[in-house]
Amino acid sequence: MRRVSTPAPHPAPRPLSATPQPGTPQPGGGLHRFANPGRFLRLTDRALPWLWGAAVLVLGIGAAWALLFSPPDWQQGETVRIMYVHVPMAWLAMGGYLGLAIASLMSLIWRHPLADLAARELSPVGAMVTALCLATGSLWGRPMWGTWWAWDARMTSVLVLFFLWMGHAALVRAFDEEERGARAGAILALVGAVNLPVIKWSVDWFNTLHQSASVTRAAAPGLHVDILYPLLTCAAGFGLAFAALVLARTRAAVMERRVRQLQLAQARRHDTQRPAAGPAADLQA
Amino acid sequence: MTALLRRELLLAFRHPADTLAAMLFFLLVTALFPFGVGPAPEALARLAPGALLAAALLAALLPLDRLFGAEAEDGSLDQLLLSGLSGFEIALAKALAHWLTTGAPLLLATPIAAAMLNLPEAAWGVAVLVLGLATLFLSLLGTAGAALTLGARRGGVLLPLLVLPLAIPAMIFGAAGIEAAAGGVAVRPFLLLLGALTAAALPLAPLAAGAALRAE
Repeated sequence: MRRVSTPAPHPAPRPLSATPQPGTPQPGGGLHRFANPGRFLRLTDRALPWLWGAAVLVLGIGAAWALLFSPPDWQQGETVRIMYVHVPMAWLAMGGYLGLAIASLMSLIWRHPLADLAARELSPVGAMVTALCLATGSLWGRPMWGTWWAWDARMTSVLVLFFLWMGHAALVRAFDEEERGARAGAILALVGAVNLPVIKWSVDWFNTLHQSASVTRAAAPGLHVDILYPLLTCAAGFGLAFAALVLARTRAAVMERRVRQLQLAQARRHDTQRPAAGPAADLQA
Repeated sequence: MTALLRRELLLAFRHPADTLAAMLFFLLVTALFPFGVGPAPEALARLAPGALLAAALLAALLPLDRLFGAEAEDGSLDQLLLSGLSGFEIALAKALAHWLTTGAPLLLATPIAAAMLNLPEAAWGVAVLVLGLATLFLSLLGTAGAALTLGARRGGVLLPLLVLPLAIPAMIFGAAGIEAAAGGVAVRPFLLLLGALTAAALPLAPLAAGAALRAE
């Protein structure tokens, strides 16, 4: 049997209800219960400190391992350590965009307000991560390739990804009506998702300066374990920090929205009280 | 849908100033390059493919931010959306109208611009073909961009920010195609790639634009 989830007709601006009313069935089931903002707030309230702690711990171990204990490359010397930032940033930039595309899809299909907020708060972080990927790549390219920048396919497509992140962040915030911005941003994110496979396979399709995939090579690993393990640790650390940052931002956005709704409600109450006093005073006069 | 297309073309025909402005803009931008890099014929010919494409894309971008603007203001866009046409059809008609009124006239000006940039005559035909495909690609993308930024603050600045990065592939293959024609190398692969891009955008971009119009 197929369960069809029909979102309740929401008044604009959709309220973020504090707690699910006991007894009323939640629309949809399964994973949809995580779309409830109240549950999200309670869940992240408990999870975030742990997430931050884990991020700091793993990132600390990874940084020490990568910068102090891993061997320098026989060819590149110490500059290979840039990779411990560059590669995780690149993974996060693409993985984050995949997350944005998924959130956008959920926002378009199920109209989860939480998906809108998550997408909105994801894009500045994603833009920052992509910028860091480009910057570290540039710093690494200077000693290794002798150039800060080359117009090869991998770099160009990552640059396009950066513009997509920025465009999404700007578009979502460009409307007076928040919901319209969220819809436009979601459509843009899905259109821009065509860039992801282009980035992934750009090094295989085109004969480029950028090296092809060496970590995920199935047949023979392209990296020695002395380098691979600290790299994976760094990637995990950055990934945890990224997740913590995005969750904290989304949490702040949910609360900000709630505060605004409370203020609006207060202003409305204030408005309705004043005219009520008017006619009464007239009658008395 | 054909009625909508006819209406758009009639409107453009009654107000030819927009079309003329885009053509003039295109010629002026190409005329700026010789001043920038000096009038040496070889240097200009080397630069011509990229300059032609960049100028054409910028010129085609000009009228995009008003593509839906006037109609959203006077309410006729709502009428269109209620008329039974799907958002896809409206967007497709809009994109085709934009190409016919902006992209196609640029093709007339292409030989002039090519001559100003000292592009070898052998490449003129290919240049017209490439610009035709590239501007069609931009019209399709631009319609989606215009629908997305409709009603946005700073929409005029946002639109190029959204559309131009996605137009980079057309720029790459288009310029490479003109260059190949000028150098006497096979042009076919580049034209095929450009055609593939346009063919992919033909259904996808109006789909996104239609969804964005409905969201408005």
